[in-house]
Amino acid sequence: MRDPLSATTVALKPSGIRKFFDVVNEMPDAISLGVGEPDFDTPWHIREEGIFSLEKGRTFYTSNSGLMELRKEIDAYLSRRFNVSYDPKSEMLITVGGSEAIDMAFRAMINPGEGEEIIIPQPSYVSYEPCAILAGAKPVIIDLKAENDFRLTADELKAAITDKTKILVLPFPNNPTGAVMEKEDLEAIVPILVENDIYVLSDEIYAELTYTDRGHVTIASMPGMRERTILINGFSKAYAMTGWRLGYACGPSNIIAQMTKIHQYAIMCAPTTSQYAAIEALRNGDDDVAEMRDAYNQRRRYLINTFKKMGLPCFEPFGAFYIFPCIKEFGLSSDEFATRLLMEEKVAVVPGTAFGDSGEGFLRISYAYSMEALKEALGRIEPFVNRLRENKQ
Amino acid sequence: MREEILRILERNSRIGIDELAIRIGADEVAVANEIKAMEEEGIICGYHTMIDWEKTTIETVSALIEVSVTPQRGQGFDSIAERIYNYPEVQAVYLMSSGYDLLVNMEGKTLKEVASFVSDKLSTLDSVVGTATHFVLRKYKDHGTILAKKKTDEREKFVL
Repeated sequence: MRDPLSATTVALKPSGIRKFFDVVNEMPDAISLGVGEPDFDTPWHIREEGIFSLEKGRTFYTSNSGLMELRKEIDAYLSRRFNVSYDPKSEMLITVGGSEAIDMAFRAMINPGEGEEIIIPQPSYVSYEPCAILAGAKPVIIDLKAENDFRLTADELKAAITDKTKILVLPFPNNPTGAVMEKEDLEAIVPILVENDIYVLSDEIYAELTYTDRGHVTIASMPGMRERTILINGFSKAYAMTGWRLGYACGPSNIIAQMTKIHQYAIMCAPTTSQYAAIEALRNGDDDVAEMRDAYNQRRRYLINTFKKMGLPCFEPFGAFYIFPCIKEFGLSSDEFATRLLMEEKVAVVPGTAFGDSGEGFLRISYAYSMEALKEALGRIEPFVNRLRENKQ
Repeated sequence: MREEILRILERNSRIGIDELAIRIGADEVAVANEIKAMEEEGIICGYHTMIDWEKTTIETVSALIEVSVTPQRGQGFDSIAERIYNYPEVQAVYLMSSGYDLLVNMEGKTLKEVASFVSDKLSTLDSVVGTATHFVLRKYKDHGTILAKKKTDEREKFVL
């Protein structure tokens, strides 16, 4: 029989920590701080709109681009929150989560096999690199540095650019580091992007979970950038709607048109129930978002403070719901540290290396958990850390 | 700072000042002073415990009583409200906007105790012209807290 498989797909790296996950799943009493999704339920008024749409029999397909009513609300929301506006008719596509939008954007923009490069700063979300490869691009990794608080600097960007560079992925607020790019940080890289005619895929799925006083700034709002940015956002993190699978992409109409074409053939349309619920989220959900952000922020402060007391170096993350402490002092790899922490104290955290080689020496700790769960877990991490230090001496 | 403190204390009055200060990113002494000031100003009126009596072996009966009264010259509803809220078995008294005047929440040990409170004490007050008593059959949610059984975390253990 012939080999039924695609060599490209087979060659994709499997998620490096699959083994580690399997161990965790066999330990029912382990406390996990490994979940990258909100611990809140979707606010009730949003769920109710989803239920109502089902009761009304709105169980049909929507247009390929998504409900016009929803697209109009997204435009109003982006204008109100982030000072960017998009034409709901031609500059917007509703997708099955932000993840689909990443895939569609790469596929719509890359000429396979021509060596076009996509710059991916890491540590970052695990999908960019495989999606880039599947689209036929060459991923170029920038290893972000702890001393820069894991922000992307102009020098790092310049060093990664070649004449084949087509797209920069801008994953901020960042999973797993919690890093953000503030206005000044963006201003430093914008001229380089314009000068080198590079497009930006700005994954802003955590935009609402930004804890600086000024809040999130989108690169699309900066001069010269709107025409070269695909802005990706969605409902999963801000409205605690992960399971609804709903996101969107906004950008120049020529790119969105091609993305919509692929989406039309591959997906047809995003789930209708979710789209109706999302309209309600955008119309009446601002207070819910603020309330959840406040709760995350309190936990964030608590965790940073506790790790400081333990003497574990950790830069202050201003976004998402992760902290990214450094464990280099123990001479263990992230994987070894996480495995021992799991075996000895039954606390599961994600090794930083799951998000790229530059995550070595770090752990991703999610605070999408109740204060009680966080306290219990930290109460187990502290003696573990002390024991490692004693044994080292 | 006040609103942040109150929002947290409203949910958990047993939180330590140290943790409270960390969570809102403020100084411990400042938080302690603010709480003390709010206690003195009567903004913080007490630190109670949410109890689901149904889960205990202790019998309690809860009733909501609509009370219609004749307001008194110069005092409005205040003096009749006071005569009612002074009874320790009365948990809450609210002046209402329509239908009737005062809503009284009462807790008693037995149905009979509540009934005799209404007939002997409440109805006999001079300015009370009528009452309607509604017994509570089950409390699903009280003070913003759902009294059903606790939710478990059903999420996958890892999501990247």
